Amino acid sequence: MRPVYLVSGGVSKFAKARPDVTFQPMVKEAYDYALKDLGLEFRKAAELVDGTVASYFSDHFMRQLKAGSMVQDYLGLTPKPSKRIEAGGATGGVAFQSGWEAVASGRYDICVVYGWETMSHVNTWKGNEFIALASDVSFDYPVGGFYSGYYAMMVVRHMQEFGTSVEQMALVSVKNHNNAFHNPYAQKRMKIRIEDVRASEMVAWPLTMLDICVMSDGAAVTILASEDGLNKLEKATGHRPKPAKVAGVGGGIDAMRMADRPHGEVILLPHEKAEDYRGLKYPGVHSFRAGRMASKTAYQMAGITNPLEELDFIELHDAYTSSEIQTYEDMGLCRYGEGGKFVEAGKPFMPNLEYGYRFPEQGKIPVNPSGGLIACGHPVGATGLMQAVFALWQLQGSIGKHFGSNQLQVKNARRGAIHSHAGTGTYVVVSILEKGF
Amino acid sequence: MAEQEKKRIKLPETDEGTVLFNVPFPTDLKDLKGMAPIIIKQPYHIDYIHSYGQDSPFFAGLANGKLLGTRCGPCKYTYGTPRLHCMYCGGECDWVELPKEGAVHTFTVCQYGSEEFLKETPFVLILVEWPGVDTLFLARLMGVDPAKPSLDWVGMKVRAQFKRLSKFKPTDVYFVPA
Repeated sequence: MRPVYLVSGGVSKFAKARPDVTFQPMVKEAYDYALKDLGLEFRKAAELVDGTVASYFSDHFMRQLKAGSMVQDYLGLTPKPSKRIEAGGATGGVAFQSGWEAVASGRYDICVVYGWETMSHVNTWKGNEFIALASDVSFDYPVGGFYSGYYAMMVVRHMQEFGTSVEQMALVSVKNHNNAFHNPYAQKRMKIRIEDVRASEMVAWPLTMLDICVMSDGAAVTILASEDGLNKLEKATGHRPKPAKVAGVGGGIDAMRMADRPHGEVILLPHEKAEDYRGLKYPGVHSFRAGRMASKTAYQMAGITNPLEELDFIELHDAYTSSEIQTYEDMGLCRYGEGGKFVEAGKPFMPNLEYGYRFPEQGKIPVNPSGGLIACGHPVGATGLMQAVFALWQLQGSIGKHFGSNQLQVKNARRGAIHSHAGTGTYVVVSILEKGF
Repeated sequence: MAEQEKKRIKLPETDEGTVLFNVPFPTDLKDLKGMAPIIIKQPYHIDYIHSYGQDSPFFAGLANGKLLGTRCGPCKYTYGTPRLHCMYCGGECDWVELPKEGAVHTFTVCQYGSEEFLKETPFVLILVEWPGVDTLFLARLMGVDPAKPSLDWVGMKVRAQFKRLSKFKPTDVYFVPA
């Protein structure tokens, strides 16, 4: 396998609806930004790019099959090869890794991964219906298919098992919305408090509107390259790109039906011991085994033995405040069951921002410095790629340039993780990115 | 061909499908870039022909007042939601009747839902557990107050009841406090 670098990226401003354009120009906004940031001219890019990966989730939302080809021609990348990736909520993260595979294998020197979703084409509750079709349509969907309901059941079990509280969940919402206040790409930028989260409308007990991400229209693009690709880009632009190296990729899958998840033993990370989890039935419905598998394999490849000490930041898939807490545990930032206390201690908050609360250990490892899905929005096929772009900017130290303010720049960021997750933890991928210049 | 001899060709039209009779248009084409988007409604309805295939006996069971799971022949792993082949040993499973009484493993109250179920809100979803059964079963719980959810509901003993008029959906069975 060859080393793979993330050289540039772009994100369209995520919005509730983008009726001003169809999906192709929206992707082009992100693509043009990525090219401009690299200093690469449109026609030169079309010449240098060896192939692409198209990342979009739902044919139902689009009512347009083969939409990937339509983006490819709009970006002037025909007749280069392309393929489409679909992996539910993890589509963007899986597509990113598919681009990595294409470059690592030697097939492409330069690969563009573009993703988008247009979720505004149906009303919110029809949209929820489409998303719920990503649960078993014989046994799960007809009972009341609704992802917020599924995640609520998962966190109720987490609360029962570990004593996690709704206030701890609300703190995740406080953190991510407050972070996004400084991110011009975010869909929801607001300073809120725990009581605001609890007072907002109940959706599926105990999750309220502010515990849950929103639907969005948006696009994101990443450009991946081999060493040879970097040389070609340097020759074409006259300067060496400042890339992030993809140091590790990992993935996992769990049973589609939550009801089928086993009650067995914890998959241990290098810094954990079996005694830590005596009596715990795992994963049950309280934890995401696929998230643990994805973290374990990504860490192994990147040589990480203690993620809390060896990562500088994480952009993770916080479709729900509850799933962010559950993901701290899957990723080994704390032990299973300690996710609530982890956020309560302030560890995943930015060290320098004012949230209106005093935390004993604020800023140990910033999680979702961008604001995550909860505040940035979740245009499914774009989401995992948006994380990659924000992670690249963190590692370049260029957040100030792209966000117009340095507030969300993690100081001296050298290594970060991105984490993408599909419905109730069915598909999860983790990629490790390191400063590569 | 002389002008008067040319027969006028015209597509026959009715106003069926017409949604708008006049659209403003600028005289200068440069102004088109400032035009607001045209947003129309596109209906889309489908009736799927969905076969329950190997899972069909489960639905036949519900219609006959029986809640069925499966048990793996070789390794005896028991599924609270049926599957014909075992996830662990790949062996073929046999149909078994599950106890009528189980317990709430976890739950939620949906105040909103997918469009199809929005009119049924608020409704309570539970995962049911049984001793000796390795996996769970997703169902609706009736007979609790959806306005007063509480963690105390976890562990509550519940009993299966069956719809008299089967719809051949998993909701043909629902649970009530035992």
